[in-house]
Amino acid sequence: MGSFTPISATIGGILIGLSAVLLMYGNGRIAGISGILGGVFNGRKDWGWRLPFLAGLIVIPFLIVSLRPEFDVAIFRTHKWTLLIAGIIVGIGTQLGNGCTSGHGVCGNARLSERSIVATIIFMATGIGTVFVSKYLGLY
Amino acid sequence: MQRAIVSFFAGGLFGAGLVISQMTNPAKVIAFLDIFGNWDPSLAFVMGGALLITFFGYRLVLGKNAPAFETKFYLPTSKNIDGRLISGAALFGIGWGLSGLCPGPAISLSTFGGPNILYFLAGLIGSVAVYRLLFARTS
Repeated sequence: MGSFTPISATIGGILIGLSAVLLMYGNGRIAGISGILGGVFNGRKDWGWRLPFLAGLIVIPFLIVSLRPEFDVAIFRTHKWTLLIAGIIVGIGTQLGNGCTSGHGVCGNARLSERSIVATIIFMATGIGTVFVSKYLGLY
Repeated sequence: MQRAIVSFFAGGLFGAGLVISQMTNPAKVIAFLDIFGNWDPSLAFVMGGALLITFFGYRLVLGKNAPAFETKFYLPTSKNIDGRLISGAALFGIGWGLSGLCPGPAISLSTFGGPNILYFLAGLIGSVAVYRLLFARTS
């Protein structure tokens, strides 16, 4: 905890940025994960580009972690039922607000979208507040 | 076919970025949001790096008439800062802080995150599916 890793964080961020630019260059689409996931449930019309994106998002991390187990570092801080509830809240919130850390936080902010800037400030604030309260309540 | 290949590689680059930056570690995401505690500012560098590339990359790409394999750019048109946007973003942040997970890392963790990630994914995918089936819209 509290270990600062600015170099790997910046390299990872650059790869995420390249992903967003590639998807816009090739397919004209915003690389927003909650939008890409949500659209899967609006009929098969867009499956041709949505499902391969999600496949890449699953397969490449699996390959990286298989070849280099040191990248498998996930530590879950919350109970499994809290994770289920958090998943539901994230699902509803991202559909209601049309985006998450990728769609608003990266793609929308890069377009200087006012909606995305407002959304990013709000989810950062409630995220920070939730961590503060969760620590106080002993949820971690 | 080209569209599918572009999408696969874009998804793969995105996933590689998440793993390398450790966005796939919920404890590290929570440490980033823990600004009043033992703060780990690393993830600001993830967003900074991603924003820098996307900001300049979009300027190059969106100057073209159309994408390479599509007839047009699909850009959000809404400009309204309304209750839906605000309450949705607020809810998302609460779930993000509780779990240390947002949708991308959760999906990337599906094969190696152990049983815990399946609880989050069940909640995420279930609620997104129900929402979209109830309120069908395109995006």
